[in-house]
Amino acid sequence: MSDSTAGYPGGDEVPTNGEPAETRRRVIGTPSPAEARSMLQTPPPGTPGGPPAPRRRELPADPDDPVSAKRAELIVASCFIIATLAGLGFIAAYVIFPVHTVTGTQRSNLALGLTMSLTFLALAAGVVIWVRSIMPTVELTEARKPLRSDDEDRAEFKETFDEGAEASQVVKRPLLRRTLIAATVPALVAPIILLRDLGSLPRKKLDHTVWRNGLRLLTYGANTPIRPGDFASPGGMITVVPDGFQEDFNALAKAACIIIKFAPGQLQFTGGSSPVPGKVVENWTVDNIVAYSKICTHVGCPAALYEQTTHHILCPCHQSTFDATRGAQVTFGPATRALPQLPMTVDAEGYLVARHDFTEPVGPSFWERGPSS
Amino acid sequence: MRAITARRRHPAAGYVVVLLGLLLAGLCYAAVTGIGTASAASQRVAGQPLIAEGKAIFLQTCASCHGDFAQGVPNAGPPLIGVGAAAVDFQVSTGRMPAKEPVAQQPNKPVTFTPHRIHALAAYIASLGGGPAVPSAAQVNPAGANAGLGQQLFVASCAQCHNFVGAGGALTQGKYAPALTKSTPRQIFEAMLTGPEAMPVFNNTTITPQQKRDIIAYIVRTRTEPNPGGFSLGRVGPVTEGLVAFLGLLLFMVLAALWITAKHRKAHE
Repeated sequence: MSDSTAGYPGGDEVPTNGEPAETRRRVIGTPSPAEARSMLQTPPPGTPGGPPAPRRRELPADPDDPVSAKRAELIVASCFIIATLAGLGFIAAYVIFPVHTVTGTQRSNLALGLTMSLTFLALAAGVVIWVRSIMPTVELTEARKPLRSDDEDRAEFKETFDEGAEASQVVKRPLLRRTLIAATVPALVAPIILLRDLGSLPRKKLDHTVWRNGLRLLTYGANTPIRPGDFASPGGMITVVPDGFQEDFNALAKAACIIIKFAPGQLQFTGGSSPVPGKVVENWTVDNIVAYSKICTHVGCPAALYEQTTHHILCPCHQSTFDATRGAQVTFGPATRALPQLPMTVDAEGYLVARHDFTEPVGPSFWERGPSS
Repeated sequence: MRAITARRRHPAAGYVVVLLGLLLAGLCYAAVTGIGTASAASQRVAGQPLIAEGKAIFLQTCASCHGDFAQGVPNAGPPLIGVGAAAVDFQVSTGRMPAKEPVAQQPNKPVTFTPHRIHALAAYIASLGGGPAVPSAAQVNPAGANAGLGQQLFVASCAQCHNFVGAGGALTQGKYAPALTKSTPRQIFEAMLTGPEAMPVFNNTTITPQQKRDIIAYIVRTRTEPNPGGFSLGRVGPVTEGLVAFLGLLLFMVLAALWITAKHRKAHE
């Protein structure tokens, strides 16, 4: 039988009489009969009355290349032996290495991890080589079966279901039905109630900071009060916190400020005592020292990168840029509002203090803040 | 003498003669101008001769941008009246000045001035009017300072630009906060005191000299801390190596998956 006759797997001949494996292989490139590529049950082609034809083979019993298969067999077997040894090593490592000390635990973990990795890796490699080099390569396709059940099955199912429903009395006894429904409702609602654990609504908490009249500004870290005469070098900048709240991080999250010293004439002032876009409220400054909230109005990062040459305050997170000479108004970046200015004055001893709290909420937008500036 | 004359035709003889000549000339120059002794003396007294020398250096190397009287030149160099000796010492000892070209921010370069010439220049600028003086060695000595408090102060006032271990960072329009890894304690002190370029000023009444020493101690201390990772991104740790290993393994696994599922050629084709 020649290679061109496309014997296997389309034909009826069954490999029984020790034919060489090569003769049973279909030649690549020649079309195989369509039905041979299907795994679906097909009616046997046997003649009526005659013996039924044996089931057609879809996968050949022998590898494509016996020589390379023999070699692959050795490799696969070695992989499996390695996996066996590594698995035994895992058990041994578990027994041998003590875990009563940190270094002991580290050693144990390393040994356990290495042996287990090797076990699975060798196993997987063996299986992959087995499939690729020993099993024959045949392409198979399978037609999709219809999803819809037979009408007969469907009718039978309906019958069974109706019988069950009737026997359960759920239709006839509304008391049972309704109490069952009522029993499930609390269990379904409970998870929504548990959302309360996320905390109460912020209400007015975000509108105010701890700054109040007479509260001293302390340099952050050193916690010293500041006299305007001490902070007299134009181009100076320092982070300040409210006196008494140096360690209160919940308070500092909103109240942290930076103060910047300018040369006379650099700040763009407005009179009065309410903020004007693009202007610094003069009443709230002392000796050309201005205080701004350190909390970026975009998403609340600490905006404290100050360039004394350009008077820009930068936020490191998203590069929002504020002009410190013009009321910290936004000149670049995703922030939409100026950094709020802290009203400042000096107390009887000459130290910088707050005049009152910020006149607007500091930091990023929040739902209750509303759309206004 | 015979030994010398015998080797006068040696290939290296010419070079040796030139070298000896240069050495002799240098020694003569040093003897005449007396740099060695003058520099030791000038550390103590900034007398008129030193200021005159500084002025000469200024007119020669600085005046083209800062003006003949250090009054500044628009769009070239700022006025230097009142900036003080500390500013001069910082700018020149880090090689930022004299500037090579107008750029967004002067980078630090190899220093071209001798310590004596820097001192003379600083004395001249200081004589124009006030400004912070160059700190003494004791003022900037990190030994014995409180590095713990220094860290708190550094995090509060410096880390936003210079990174939490002084690795530096970017600012706007080409400006940047330089890395502090090679700055000397004196340069760190002077930078805080004078606020070079875009850096804010931290004067001695806002951050006291003792606190500045603490900050210097922290910066110096971080340099000796173990730094895991080859390319550590400012002491973030071996993140870059992890990323490379992760991507490498991912690529390996994709290739392995492709190989496992690839059709392979049959033996008899």
